[in-house]
Amino acid sequence: MTAVPVPHRVVARRQETGDTVTLRLEPVDTALPDFIPGQFAMVHCFGRGEIPVSVSSVQATGGLAHTIRSVGAVSDGLYAARVGDVVGIRGPYGTSWGLERARGRDVLVVAGGIGLAPLRPLILRALAEPEAYRRVNVLIGARTPDDLIGRKEIESWATAYTGVMVDQPDADWHGDVGVVTQLLGRAHFDPDTTTAFVCGPEPMIRATARELAHRGVPRDHIRVSLERNMRCATGHCGHCQLGPLLVCQAGAVVGWDLAEPLLSVREL
Amino acid sequence: MPPSMALRMNHALPHNHRDRLLHVGREVQFPPDTRLFEEGGHADRFWIIRNGTAALDMHVPGRRPPVVETLGIGDLVGWSWLYEPYVWQLGAGAVTQLRAYEFDAVAVRLMCLDDPAFGQAVEHWVGRVLAHRLNAARARMVDLYGPYETKEPR
Repeated sequence: MTAVPVPHRVVARRQETGDTVTLRLEPVDTALPDFIPGQFAMVHCFGRGEIPVSVSSVQATGGLAHTIRSVGAVSDGLYAARVGDVVGIRGPYGTSWGLERARGRDVLVVAGGIGLAPLRPLILRALAEPEAYRRVNVLIGARTPDDLIGRKEIESWATAYTGVMVDQPDADWHGDVGVVTQLLGRAHFDPDTTTAFVCGPEPMIRATARELAHRGVPRDHIRVSLERNMRCATGHCGHCQLGPLLVCQAGAVVGWDLAEPLLSVREL
Repeated sequence: MPPSMALRMNHALPHNHRDRLLHVGREVQFPPDTRLFEEGGHADRFWIIRNGTAALDMHVPGRRPPVVETLGIGDLVGWSWLYEPYVWQLGAGAVTQLRAYEFDAVAVRLMCLDDPAFGQAVEHWVGRVLAHRLNAARARMVDLYGPYETKEPR
């Protein structure tokens, strides 16, 4: 972990959707410690600032990568980065998904929109050890078909069930239409022996986690990634405070037993 | 019981009522792209999906009817048959090869009138399905997948 951005060169750029890219990065000089799936980095666009971005690939399996959606000044700059450009990286920060909690259990991954990117390394790790986990299910929701990332890769995953649901289909879409929670009825899992990993915008996280808890998945086995306004990422500035939590330190991945009461407080 | 499981007919109806209902159902199959019903038509049947996917769509003048929701195994297709004026509010078609139990609406409504306990159970089941779909529609209205508003200034 470092307090100043460490220069990294963009070695590959993949256009995921109309406003989202995945940048694969290599250190210009000094390498950072290995990231673990679920952790995040502060990604610095020189001259603009920095934003927190979860890792969508880690050094141990294919190299460091971040998937970035253009939604503001900094992410616009990062989105525009080309192969050969240099960005700054601080990290690793935060908690991991804690995939080891799911050993011997069913694994249920629920992703909303770009939330699939931070879950990708977890899915690959779980699929690489089929003897360690029971059934792996991946449920993906997106606003439109154009908002789905990694569509070809998704088809290659050897899961017990992979479902994709969109909210607003176009004329070429022949898949499911509705909310991602509707896919829960089709996945193969025993709630009381399931560990779920949920990532997406907070309205989607809340809807999904509540449904999972209703179904009987233990709240401490529903792992969610909270999206907060992180600035320093070292627990000093307080921008990411959520109730008693500093999300950059205690999160971003936390159990639903911890997150549920905090996300139920109005205006918090 | 989890909410979505409770919506399935075989969980939602007591054993005796479920058996009575299934007794008047018949197994049917539809090839992909078969229309089950059209918006505005007389709601004289309903289905419970055994296998496959059906899509609900809405008539929009000048456009191909957009799909508003898809239904899968165990889902109820059609509720307008239970409430006057018995007119379909949406259209529906088979997306994939569809296997389902098909029920005659008039026969089931007569059974409901004849046995109030059975009728109450059926209305309770269909009402829960409607409430669940209403909640899902409301959740979609808030844009579940929109970006976190305060994350990053423009």
